[in-house]
Amino acid sequence: MKRMIQALLAATAIAGVPAIAQREAPEIRFDSVPNALQLPAGLYLGEVGGVATNSRGDIFVYTRTGHPTISIGTARPFAHGGSRLFQFDRNGKFVREIGKDSYGFMYAAQVRVDPSDNIWVVDEMTNMVIKFDPQGRVALLLGRKAENVTVPARPRAGGGPGQPTDLFDRPTDVAWDAAGNIFVADGLGNARIAKFDKDGKFLNSWGKKGTAPGEFADVSSIAVDGQGNVYAADGGNQRIQVFDNNGNFKTAFTNVGNAQALCMTKGSNQVLYVSNSNPPNDIDRDGEIYKMRLDGTMTGKFGRAGKLLKEFGTVNAIDCASENTLYVGEIGNLRVQKLILH
Amino acid sequence: MKRILTSSVALAVLAATHAFAQRKATIENVPEISFTSAPNFLKLPPGEYLGESVAVATNSKGHIFVFHRSANTRLFEFDRGGEFLKEIGSGYYGFEFSHSVRVDKDDNIWTVDEGTNMVTKFSPDGKVLMVLGRRPPAVVGAQAFPAGPNVPAEKYIFCRPTDVGWDPQGNIFVSDGYCNNRVVKYDKNGRFLAQAGSEKAGKALGEFNLPHGLQVDAQGNVWVADRTNNRYQVLDNNLKPMREITNLGVGWTLCISPGPHQYAFLSNSNPNGNMPGTWDITGEIYKAELDGTVIGKFGHPGKVVPGFQVVHMMDCRNPNEIVVGEIESWRVQKLILQPTTARAGAAR
Repeated sequence: MKRMIQALLAATAIAGVPAIAQREAPEIRFDSVPNALQLPAGLYLGEVGGVATNSRGDIFVYTRTGHPTISIGTARPFAHGGSRLFQFDRNGKFVREIGKDSYGFMYAAQVRVDPSDNIWVVDEMTNMVIKFDPQGRVALLLGRKAENVTVPARPRAGGGPGQPTDLFDRPTDVAWDAAGNIFVADGLGNARIAKFDKDGKFLNSWGKKGTAPGEFADVSSIAVDGQGNVYAADGGNQRIQVFDNNGNFKTAFTNVGNAQALCMTKGSNQVLYVSNSNPPNDIDRDGEIYKMRLDGTMTGKFGRAGKLLKEFGTVNAIDCASENTLYVGEIGNLRVQKLILH
Repeated sequence: MKRILTSSVALAVLAATHAFAQRKATIENVPEISFTSAPNFLKLPPGEYLGESVAVATNSKGHIFVFHRSANTRLFEFDRGGEFLKEIGSGYYGFEFSHSVRVDKDDNIWTVDEGTNMVTKFSPDGKVLMVLGRRPPAVVGAQAFPAGPNVPAEKYIFCRPTDVGWDPQGNIFVSDGYCNNRVVKYDKNGRFLAQAGSEKAGKALGEFNLPHGLQVDAQGNVWVADRTNNRYQVLDNNLKPMREITNLGVGWTLCISPGPHQYAFLSNSNPNGNMPGTWDITGEIYKAELDGTVIGKFGHPGKVVPGFQVVHMMDCRNPNEIVVGEIESWRVQKLILQPTTARAGAAR
């Protein structure tokens, strides 16, 4: 037995695989639809922060298209640009761009669509959450963009103070409960979840940097179930934490790897998808997506890190409006894949 | 006297080190290949301009791709007659500061961008098929120019990469670059296989100091322009060093022609920042057999056609029609060479 363990350890060391027990779950067979999104000539996706669908099946992609600009010859250095929001129809045909040249678009973190088909964008660099109505008009703003940038950028202080204000520091995601309360994952700079009422009034927040229950390495994604419980991806701590509607810790799922992107289906039998995203500098580890029940039981897994179809390059977003038709947004491969689960 | 001699030797060494970029080739008795430059070769639409034309390549139809440093880095496609066809990758995430463009055997277009640290494979119609490397995240803000030791090289992250090539099996080779000093091999699906060199510059065989250009011959051997070491290195398919070529001046860039009889074109480009006299001893392009036998040379520095103003890349799909991109004259020339007969006038 001892020899066997040694051999296993040696094999692990040789393969360079982190010594984490393989997470046991049946493989889900699936396909990736080629050319799921048809971009017009001259339009390109960059790193995909978010992908989401509305009730008609329209697809929204918030992407880092690059080339954020800092002005010179000004009283202070001002920065703008770098991300764009595109809309496609259910067949993947390009429909339009929303929020072109918006003051709040610099570094795409996420896009989500609420039950009324409003489109919510989370930007990690302007530190704003922007609600667009279905026509694409700005309907509600949370947070505020810093007026200017510092050149060269100062090293970060370390972050994670969990500041209990209505301003954000690298927010990553947004979700709503049945009453319309808004939950913002805030995120990578702060390490907390902020709760607002449906009109954007700041109510409370919870969490700070740490490893104890209710603390986060970071919050990279959130989801809210039909009962109003809040699920937070705390990938740096290799877990998903579950809170009640007011932020009281309930439980944690610790078998999920680097939980980076969450999606929860709607309806009565809700399931949770979570991506054990590979780090952007390595496609030889991790990358698979897990399917779970809301009690934390794993029911299946699929995919791995890589550059081909059916492989993933640092998944940052999952849309699961339909349980067996998923849209997956990737950082590493500059694309959205449409997955059909069998 | 001996002491004076020693110190002047030291001075000479110092001067030679300092003036690495204007190195005279030591090879002698190389026959001149006569050539002409096609007049007004590329025709741009009104209002369009080329910037620093650092990268040029052709596809199987003879179309010419120019990946150039305009206000934004841009990729233009021209037909074989030099008429503008279209732009590819306008505003694309992986374009910031162009360095190389190459076309593979299936006419996919590969760009190497040293501003975004990304290598991108475009389909012939301009769709992104695969990316290697990652653009530094903007969210960390404006960075000062990095100083100090290079960060350790990573399997999937580049540091100012310079060029890309493929062997007949489709394995991918990347020269990386200005702040790493290595060559990396990936399989055709982009998975890391091997590397030679590291983030540290070195002079031994298999080490590099600014690997600036890369090509793979039909045997799968990897040729690297090891620029600051003033040489070319030839590695086998597993990146084990085989030999070096040290008598052709600065190893700035190279091209290996396709077909049953391959030739290597090797450029001792005149440097950026010319001291008086530099134009007299640099700027020529050598034509060689793959065993290293040099069979001819052509070209001189100059601002006016057919002069070369820092040749940065060559296309040699047809070894008698070389398309060159120049840094400092913002142009692309097509050179019609007088064909050489094999081995005639061979020099060593």
